[in-house]
Amino acid sequence: MPKLTVNGKEVEVPAGTNLIEAARSAGVEVPHYCYHPGLSIAGQCRLCMVDIEKTPRPTIACNTVAADGMVVLTETDRVRETRKSIMEFHLINHPLDCPVCDQAGECWLQIYYMKYGLYDPRMTDEKVHKPKAVPLGPHVILDAERCILCSRCVRFCDEITGTGELGIFERGDHSEIGLFPGAELDNKYSGNVVDICPVGALTDRDFRFQVRVWYLETAKSVCPGCARGCNIEVHVNRRRPHHAEGRRVARLKPRFNADVNQWWICDAGRYGFGSVDAKDRLLVPTRRDGETTSDATWDEAIAAVAAAVRRFPPDEVGVIASPRMSNEDLVALRRLLDICTIQRVAFGVPPRVPGDEDDILIRADKSPNAQGAELMGLAGDARAILGAACGRRLKCLWIFGHDLLASAWPEAEVREALDGAEMVIFTGTNSNPTSERAHWVLPAAAWVERDGTYTNFEGRVQRFRQAVEPLGQALAEWEMLGRVLAALGEAPSATRAEHWFRRLATAGPSFAGLSYQALGDTGRLVAGSVAARAPR
Amino acid sequence: MTGETILTRNFARSDSHTLRAYVETGGYQAWAKAQAMEPAAIVEEVKAANLRGLGGAGFPTGIKWSFIPKNHAGPVYLVINADEGEPGTFKDRYLLERDPHALVEGMLIAARAIRSATAYVYVRGEYVEPWRRFSAAVAEAYAAQHLGRGFDIVVHRGAGAYICGEETGLISSLEGKKGWPKLKPPFPAIKGAFGAPTIVNNVETICHVPHIITRGAAWFAALGTKTQGGTRMYSVSGRVARPGVYEAPVGITLRQLIYERAGGVTGNGRLKAVVPGGSSAAILTADEIDVTMDVDGLKNAGTMAGSAGVIVMDETVSIPEALMVVARFYAHESCGQCTPCRESTGWIYKMTRRIVEGRGRKDDLDTILDVAKRGAGTTICAFYDGAVGPYISYIEKFRGEFEALIPHA
Repeated sequence: MPKLTVNGKEVEVPAGTNLIEAARSAGVEVPHYCYHPGLSIAGQCRLCMVDIEKTPRPTIACNTVAADGMVVLTETDRVRETRKSIMEFHLINHPLDCPVCDQAGECWLQIYYMKYGLYDPRMTDEKVHKPKAVPLGPHVILDAERCILCSRCVRFCDEITGTGELGIFERGDHSEIGLFPGAELDNKYSGNVVDICPVGALTDRDFRFQVRVWYLETAKSVCPGCARGCNIEVHVNRRRPHHAEGRRVARLKPRFNADVNQWWICDAGRYGFGSVDAKDRLLVPTRRDGETTSDATWDEAIAAVAAAVRRFPPDEVGVIASPRMSNEDLVALRRLLDICTIQRVAFGVPPRVPGDEDDILIRADKSPNAQGAELMGLAGDARAILGAACGRRLKCLWIFGHDLLASAWPEAEVREALDGAEMVIFTGTNSNPTSERAHWVLPAAAWVERDGTYTNFEGRVQRFRQAVEPLGQALAEWEMLGRVLAALGEAPSATRAEHWFRRLATAGPSFAGLSYQALGDTGRLVAGSVAARAPR
Repeated sequence: MTGETILTRNFARSDSHTLRAYVETGGYQAWAKAQAMEPAAIVEEVKAANLRGLGGAGFPTGIKWSFIPKNHAGPVYLVINADEGEPGTFKDRYLLERDPHALVEGMLIAARAIRSATAYVYVRGEYVEPWRRFSAAVAEAYAAQHLGRGFDIVVHRGAGAYICGEETGLISSLEGKKGWPKLKPPFPAIKGAFGAPTIVNNVETICHVPHIITRGAAWFAALGTKTQGGTRMYSVSGRVARPGVYEAPVGITLRQLIYERAGGVTGNGRLKAVVPGGSSAAILTADEIDVTMDVDGLKNAGTMAGSAGVIVMDETVSIPEALMVVARFYAHESCGQCTPCRESTGWIYKMTRRIVEGRGRKDDLDTILDVAKRGAGTTICAFYDGAVGPYISYIEKFRGEFEALIPHA
């Protein structure tokens, strides 16, 4: 492990570490554009110049490997001057259209100009003009004039997805990013190029012009789109509710986790949050009597559910839980099943179309917490529960989230089951054909509206945090289940998701020793699981 | 000053490009001799000859060869840079057209020295006739079994980019990629073409090698100066009576070259300035031409030998216009990879054009000088430093001429 000093501070770094990362480990920021830790070294932007003792002139830090005894200085006069010059070169042909640019507020040209530029502009000639507002694919749009040609997007498509849609065409100051003939930027990870674009060249078609980034607030979260559990940030707009037609969740961004998703997320996850602010959200508890549906209070709904599980014999109650429920919801459900001695429980409902999978991030299992449901002993035969309902051996069927009518099961069989049960309870965030046939509908808070944890496919328990208030009267499942338990005589004990997690941690060996604090921002593996290979 | 020619000795023969003519004049005897030599001995001979790269950088050839890792397992490539694109330079074209077997024989010897079994010759795309002549020579050499017995030559044509003459840009292009220069380290001798150790040499450099083997390092070294052996081919163009390629010992002075070889200055007959080493070399004024034309002589004069492209300008030539043309060239040919070069070559061209068109501003000259100096040394390859040579020298040496074009200067 080479030992070196950066601005006088000694650090020891793993062999092969470059000077940007070595400086970072010494708490020193070396400004850069083209360098990205997840991509190959390009050395093109020339901004990351540092001084190394005994070298005649500043050297790029990204392509210099830390060596024992190296003396690195990042703030010498000539480094500052060089940086200033490089900033000027980056900006002479830049349109400086910040007021109408979506990147404004999170643009590294703005940030570095203010930190390292601050020169008086000298460029008075006509700038080079290039294509603007060019859609590259379903999600990404290009403004070639704003582009600083760092090639991060090109390298992403070459090295991470291996799809190679993008290239740099033409030469000199006419160089521009573009698609190869016949190509479209429609790979399953295309949105990542927007994240890694340091400027406003590549922006999100979905997000742009919706809200200025300085109005956004951030919550650390986990993508619920598949069993990978990519770490994300949820960006919400609460300060400008009149923007974006009132949609609260503005966008999702990947959050680095070396063991789960590194810097990336897939497009399905990134753009899959539409249901949160959709018109079909369930907002209040409702009861259906024949063709008549009416709103109810939570007290009425809880009383009705409690009465049902008390009234029907346990083997006449079937519960189809959801692998989209959090560990906290599932442990509350587990408790309810235990005290009511309900045996008929399952969570797996086969999708009509099998999920896609790849060797990057995407898992075929499109639910975030099948592993958690499994560990809590909720695995059962859902088809058998359905069969019992068809055979009128089931009086009460409680469905969490699933649209059984959209599953791989024959629709007629599902209809028969839903008709066969005396009481169908549906708990979920959005209405669907199954919820429309339920007698009681209990609105659940979406994952961004509550705290919780998921256990991913490899057994990593990861926290997601509340970003916005629940819509209407929606409640987290653990909370409504807690109220049912209270109605059944259990002393109320959990007023926060974390309380249920504590009970989980003491309930069995898998989650033993875990706590929200221990999970931190990157999660922890449950006992007995072995970390899978890191994603590519 | 001897008048002996080495590289161009057969140019007068109309069949000089054929194997027959080459063999008649002693061709392939050096290869016969080299086959009995240990590779290391060949390297030592070339080192002792003080042969320096004649493509532009002037790096000692034998030392370059010795950078190939010892005991390397796997392929080693020899790559010949025949992408002659430096404005004012046209000597490799003559060699390819008129003595292509000298290159083939030189490659055989160089490949033995670096233990390479495959060589690529990257020929400038516009060089159609040179490519035909050289390809025909390669075919003859195969037929005569000089090639194909443990050593093969692949001829590859470029597609018209100056940057592909930069050795790592050339390698990128050869590999089928955009001709972008590569980050160094790693250097080509460690990781070059297709990831293998690679030596890139200029055509003229390699054409010298058979003569060094035949006649010895001492003879070759004695032809030149203390730090550079042999002769080289000077491409002389511009306002001279007899433009053309002149082979001369590297110790010749610029004055001798212009007046004794190229027939003196035309135009109004009075010399104003000379570019001594291709467009990337700093310009010399009329009273700076008593300088020897070897690598170190010109370096000491604040310019460079480069590719030995000598461009002569008489007093009727407008230096600002000349700079505008040069600046347009560099703006057009910048590969666009590194920011300083990509952005400032275009900017400087715009400023020089404005000045020439009478729309210059008072600060333009200082801005050009400042931008050029700030960008120098900050890029991946030497292209931008090559552009900076003319930017700075034309303005600093002929500032008055520029100022005269700027209103209110």
